[in-house]
Amino acid sequence: MSDAREAASRQGVRRTVAKTLFALAGMFLFAFALVPLYDVFCEVTGLNGKTSGSAQALVHEEVDASRMVTVQFVTRGSAGLPWNFEVETRQVRVHPGQSAEVEFAFHNRAETALRGRAVPSVTPPRATPHLRKLACFCFQEQRLEAGERLSAPLVFQLTRDLPEDVNTVTLVYTLYPVTRDEAPLQARATAGKGDEA
Amino acid sequence: MRTFIVWMAGCLVVPLMTTLAMANGWNMPVGVTDVSREVHSLHMTIFWICVVIGVVVFGVMFYSLFRFRHSKGAKPAHFHENTLVEVLWTAVPLLILVGMAVPATATLKKMYDPSDADLDVMITGQQWRWRYEYLGEDVAFTSNLGTSREAISGAEERGEHYLLEVDEPLVLPVGRKVRFLLTSDDVIHSWWVPDLAVKQDTIPGFVNENWVRINEPGIYRGQCAELCGMDHGFMPIVVHAMEGEEFDAWLAERKEAAAQEAQGVDREWSMEELMARGEQSYNAVCASCHQPDGSGNPPAFPALAGNQALMDDRERHIDTVVNGVSGAAMPAFRSTLNPVEIAAVITYERNAWGNDTGDLVQPAEIAERLAD
Amino acid sequence: MAPKLPLHHPVEQSSTASAGGQASAHAAPPRGLMRWLLTTNHKEIGSLYLIFSLTMFFIGGIFALVVRAELFQPGLQLVVPEFFNQMTTMHGLIMVFGAIMPAFVGLANWMVPLQIGAPDMALPRLNNFSFWLLPVAFTLLLSTLLMPGGGPNFGWTFYAPLSTTYAPPSTTFFILSLHIAGISSILGAINIIATILNLRAPGMRLMDMPLFCWTWLITAFLLIAVMPVLAGVVTMMLMDINFGTSFFNAAGGGDPVLFQHLFWFFGHPEVYIMILPAFGIVSAIIPTFSRKRLFGYASMVYATASIAILSFLVWAHHMFTVGLPLAAELFFMYTTMLIAVPTGVKVFNWIATMFRGSISFEPPMLFALAFVVQFTIGGFSGLMLAISPADFQYHDTYFVVAHFHYVLVPGALFAILAAAYYWLPKWTGHYPNVKLAQWHFWLSVIGVNLTFFPMHFSGLAGMPRRIPDYALQFADFNVASSLGAFLFGASQLLFVLLIIKCVRGGEKAPAKAWEGAEDLEWSVPSPAPLHTFEHPPTFRRDGE
Repeated sequence: MSDAREAASRQGVRRTVAKTLFALAGMFLFAFALVPLYDVFCEVTGLNGKTSGSAQALVHEEVDASRMVTVQFVTRGSAGLPWNFEVETRQVRVHPGQSAEVEFAFHNRAETALRGRAVPSVTPPRATPHLRKLACFCFQEQRLEAGERLSAPLVFQLTRDLPEDVNTVTLVYTLYPVTRDEAPLQARATAGKGDEA
Repeated sequence: MRTFIVWMAGCLVVPLMTTLAMANGWNMPVGVTDVSREVHSLHMTIFWICVVIGVVVFGVMFYSLFRFRHSKGAKPAHFHENTLVEVLWTAVPLLILVGMAVPATATLKKMYDPSDADLDVMITGQQWRWRYEYLGEDVAFTSNLGTSREAISGAEERGEHYLLEVDEPLVLPVGRKVRFLLTSDDVIHSWWVPDLAVKQDTIPGFVNENWVRINEPGIYRGQCAELCGMDHGFMPIVVHAMEGEEFDAWLAERKEAAAQEAQGVDREWSMEELMARGEQSYNAVCASCHQPDGSGNPPAFPALAGNQALMDDRERHIDTVVNGVSGAAMPAFRSTLNPVEIAAVITYERNAWGNDTGDLVQPAEIAERLAD
Repeated sequence: MAPKLPLHHPVEQSSTASAGGQASAHAAPPRGLMRWLLTTNHKEIGSLYLIFSLTMFFIGGIFALVVRAELFQPGLQLVVPEFFNQMTTMHGLIMVFGAIMPAFVGLANWMVPLQIGAPDMALPRLNNFSFWLLPVAFTLLLSTLLMPGGGPNFGWTFYAPLSTTYAPPSTTFFILSLHIAGISSILGAINIIATILNLRAPGMRLMDMPLFCWTWLITAFLLIAVMPVLAGVVTMMLMDINFGTSFFNAAGGGDPVLFQHLFWFFGHPEVYIMILPAFGIVSAIIPTFSRKRLFGYASMVYATASIAILSFLVWAHHMFTVGLPLAAELFFMYTTMLIAVPTGVKVFNWIATMFRGSISFEPPMLFALAFVVQFTIGGFSGLMLAISPADFQYHDTYFVVAHFHYVLVPGALFAILAAAYYWLPKWTGHYPNVKLAQWHFWLSVIGVNLTFFPMHFSGLAGMPRRIPDYALQFADFNVASSLGAFLFGASQLLFVLLIIKCVRGGEKAPAKAWEGAEDLEWSVPSPAPLHTFEHPPTFRRDGE
């Protein structure tokens, strides 16, 4: 192999390697970037029934009195948290545009103080972007002393642009124990999720 | 030539097997809902399209293999491209695909029908059982594998519905739209009944939605379809579809029974009663992990027999069974079992297999803990 | 799956075809173990890869036979469900990352420099390193089986939270081993890209390269694009398990479905990583034994590239049942169906190559023809699976198991076997024993179809995948599958016997071992000397 050719190909190899390493690093970061991107995507499209993690403003619009939508609430506990978690009204009927308030009751049955967080999920997913939470106990974790009871509200509004064929919206809250002191990394990395707000 | 005959024979065997198998019911069930019928006909349409394409493609291939054999002195041609042919065999498949996509899209849209339901059932997957909750009706129960361990090990004869039988089937009305809300307490499961053409993953912390309107009364069987750990193969689904009136009667009866069971909480239970009830519940829900002899399966599932630490701490024992362990396979049984069953299981565990603590846990004590 | 090179390599030869080249020895390379540990020669490293892959193929195969033995009849007879889950998981991981991928890398190591007229891979020392990472990774992975709580038991797709919150303690080691195997693949890919882009013989344009090089180039780009994503996913798992993050844990604000999106963003291109090089192999063998140029070379290249690009847009078809919105279901159904078009073009091109050729049925051709038929069957079931409403019924059943095994075993694996038969004369200087090869072929074809064809029906009839025991109505077809699996497994021993015989001796092969073979590798002597193309060959374009 002639020297000139060899030198040229060596330089080419170096350039190719540099480019591929750059692409590799980019793809590795991209994988992590997908995590917050996915959350944003979910919030915009309602995919997966994820609702916004922080309080939204009320949209001032005329109430659509011609239409009634049933909103159901389901509360669920989970392993490791001896709390009772109930909703006072299992379902409400609202007009789009109207805001409504529902009370949720927490009761720590344990003999120690414990923390819990309610994780929301909405179905059908198409309704999610049209469900605005003005106040929700799910925006932050709850800390209850031994035997303590707490009543916390959810204030929400279904906006008028809720798709025509959606007549029932179901909100499911699953109460999980919080065992760690620090905020989860992902929550910190994800702007606007505000789990610990 | 011999090679070729073997090839042809091989090619004939495959469609022959296919036809035979399909004729013998080895095919997707037609099912008992409008959606399942559509899905089945979609499946058959696409299957036959594939068969036709396959016959043409393999036909040309085997013709070439036969006709242009080197051993018969075939001389190779020199062509190696032809724009017209290449455009054609790109465009024609594209058209066929469009033809397939049209009915598929229509069926899919029907499956996403958001109209109001007559009944809402919450389905919760749990390692390794299903929990059904009739929302707003105060009826909820757990559905466990009904096949005995002896049948699985072969010590007992296997029945017709081996591994596809449960202790309590999901009961649904015929002709009414039932909406399912699906979620999970631990890992991802998937609720699948082929006759209903419903397969929906249950995802911890999230809720999925599906629906069904069954046309014919009957018993329909399915299984968990997503690997969910050790006993993934042992969490079947049985749906018992009955006429509306019959269903209403059943629901009323279930409410009555739940009230009756609640009454049992208040009275004092004897050791014999608790042990008998406890053994029954233990074998239904606990034995798959902790084993019928309480030996467990460490490290994931600790032993209960001879577990001195646990026997010394009655309080922790009750707490673990009632509230479960976060991030482990131990669920919170307060949502699965009633106070009588919980008390009985704990009593059983504290007195069986040589544990002999003599402790008695009364249902009233559990009920008090759960009271709000 | 290659034999060791003869110890005394003939070295140095001219670029023109000649059967000679028995020149004087180079400076004596280290002997024994050190020679293999330190080698930077692409042929030796290629052989190492192939031997490693063959070893893993048998280990993964034994795991599969454990599974098939348990499934031979209803009931639990041989293993407990926990161990069964470890076997299915390990079988998948070993076959994907330990057998199929390294086999293709080994073939690339051997053949890419020979096909483009390069003296070696562009980065020979890196090449050595990327191979030796593999035994480390897989020793680690296999050792998890002996750890408390057992090895990975969550399926090769390791869905969270089964693989995080609910996983056995050994999962951290599983993650580590995937990282190491991933780095090995990435380094291999860098090397192949650098070689193909920079070391082609003077005058050889990209569009002059044999298709095996083309498909590998595209595969290498896929690897560069998706292996870092896999690394990212398993890193997130590692953090969830050990550092208290909640990427995939709903309790902490994470999302288990996100895992699946990330995994399949890697996973679907990964599937094509395991099939594209097979397309390249078949595109070399069919023209050789049809004694006619490959039909539609350019469209083959474009089809491969289209498949690669589409592979990034179809991932959620693995997730039709997780609860996607209608729009997403439709989008992923359409994109998935589209893949049938370039794949169809490939099959049509192969058949058009045979049409009016002059066809003979040497062992490589037998395997290549079986590939075309069986891969197409896998393609048909793939098209059926793409139809989202029907997929609600097929998903996670044996129908899916049948589908991807048709693509990977009678598909990718048959292509690898075809490649081995095709290039064994180049590697060893001897033709493989034809009688033995025919036995191997026919037993394999019967075994593989007996194993996997009935799975279509057990799946349609409702048998979910990854279960250790099943309802009685699935019994008959499982008997067939198990018998087929044992037949197929046993017949692979013939292949080992054949390789040993072929290394030891047999009919001598000339430089151009097959009458219709045209590519550059046939211009160097058989067996290929340790060093080839030290002076670049002159590339002569067809028809010029």
